[in-house]
Amino acid sequence: MTLGVSAIGQGLLYGLLGIGLFLTFRILDFPDMTVEGTFPFGAAVAVSAITHGINPVLATLLAMLAGMLAGAVTGLLSTVGRMPVLLAGILVMTALFSINLRVMGRANLSLLNQPNLFKSLTNTLVSADFSSVLIGFVAVGLVVALLMLFLNTQRGQAFIAAGDNPTMAQSLGINPKRQQVLGLMLGNGLIGLSGALVAQSNGYADVNMGIGVIVIGLAAIIIGEVAFGNLTLSQRLVAVVLGSIIYRFILLVVLALGFSPDDLKLVSAVVLAIAIMVPQFDAQLKLRRVLKKGVQS
Amino acid sequence: MSQLALKGVTVNVPTDDGVKTLLDNVNLTLNSGDFVSVVGTNGAGKSTLFNTIAGNLPVAAGSIMLGGHDITTFSPEKRARYIARVFQDPKMGTAPRMTVAENLALASHRGQPLRFKLRRLNAQKPDFLTLTKQTGNGLDAALDRETASLSGGQRQALSLLMASLNQPDLLLLDEHTAALDPHTSAAIMQLTATMMTERHLTGLMITHHMADALAYGNRLLVLDHGQIVADYDAQQKARLQREDLLAYFA
Repeated sequence: MTLGVSAIGQGLLYGLLGIGLFLTFRILDFPDMTVEGTFPFGAAVAVSAITHGINPVLATLLAMLAGMLAGAVTGLLSTVGRMPVLLAGILVMTALFSINLRVMGRANLSLLNQPNLFKSLTNTLVSADFSSVLIGFVAVGLVVALLMLFLNTQRGQAFIAAGDNPTMAQSLGINPKRQQVLGLMLGNGLIGLSGALVAQSNGYADVNMGIGVIVIGLAAIIIGEVAFGNLTLSQRLVAVVLGSIIYRFILLVVLALGFSPDDLKLVSAVVLAIAIMVPQFDAQLKLRRVLKKGVQS
Repeated sequence: MSQLALKGVTVNVPTDDGVKTLLDNVNLTLNSGDFVSVVGTNGAGKSTLFNTIAGNLPVAAGSIMLGGHDITTFSPEKRARYIARVFQDPKMGTAPRMTVAENLALASHRGQPLRFKLRRLNAQKPDFLTLTKQTGNGLDAALDRETASLSGGQRQALSLLMASLNQPDLLLLDEHTAALDPHTSAAIMQLTATMMTERHLTGLMITHHMADALAYGNRLLVLDHGQIVADYDAQQKARLQREDLLAYFA
């Protein structure tokens, strides 16, 4: 029960990471490597701010802003600096490693004896396990609702169009480069938020906590797509969060099977690879069935 | 007043050997309602001319006036307020993962400032239904379908509808029937002609179909080596034969 609740809570918190990645990876159609630097950046900013006496809510918002700033740098390197976005993301991710060390002053910063969002809730309302579910649910609910609203505005539609077909978007007066920077800022802002919440939930920030998070985000997106099939864009945002929760349960099962926590990164990669391959194999199987039927008839 | 005026427009691009001139001192004036066919060999400068007018290539010399505005230094996005374009590839003119109605809704705001205002797709749908019915190719029944699932002809018809929304000052048709089969190509050309006339649009149309160049529009330009080497008005064009045009390609 406790493990299940914890998996749901972690799934919700990492679901924000999935949604952030979804904006660049699925809507704007490019891989953003900044993610691996932004996630610990959000954690570092939030934890560092809290240890400096800043209110946890404000610290979490600061982490989101820090993520947006990192996304803006990647966007500007790519659009103004005319750098491939993949390379721009790798550069910012690398730079953020040093920045995170500067922000925290060391490789690992604890929130021991410090207030944080989860603690304040645990002290007043719910048990520790349910606090991450509650905060995760509220954060995900707010983010999904705001994004759904945004994507249904004229600006949001232009954002989608710029990712779908930049040439067409430009011919309609939409600046695809601006939309790219906007997407990177929004996406990394959410990833910074996710990092801040995960760090507060865990009770510490670590400079290495970003390693492999892109796989976790991608797994959330792809598991959501495989599990729920054809959906509207707004529904897909919810599917990413559900995908993130399913992914956490898969990890629970893997641990229950006796795998070591050290194997989790390997397992994550394998789960993602399987999730990516399932639709391909499924399509091939369907095609074979259709062909077989055709030959028989 | 002329609708479009290119004065001494020269476009250069850097090469390994120095500079290559793609458009060489081009002067062109289009009046309101003109529908001009543009023909020429590959590399003659037809697409360069379109890219220059649309703002995708900077001019080295000269000026471009459109509807009384000097647009020479305008970005492509700013020019979109005045210029609409249909591309050769049907996939280029539409957003594949958005529905037909969503594509039309986007085009209905072409060139206007983007706002955080909720779209009114359902309110716009009756207008889109009327609009798409005139294509006669089933586009009206596909308003809620993603454009990726449409045929090439349907997508190009949609591109044409999107480009003609909001009465652009200039419509650029960039070999817009080249990727279609002969039957669909003829249907799209017929739709183009109807829209140009009914909406009194001003347009330039690049084509490699000599029959279309002769049959449609009130003027015909021949480009070669980045220059306009022939400019036929309606009367001269009426007397032209396919062989006369093919002579420019020899």
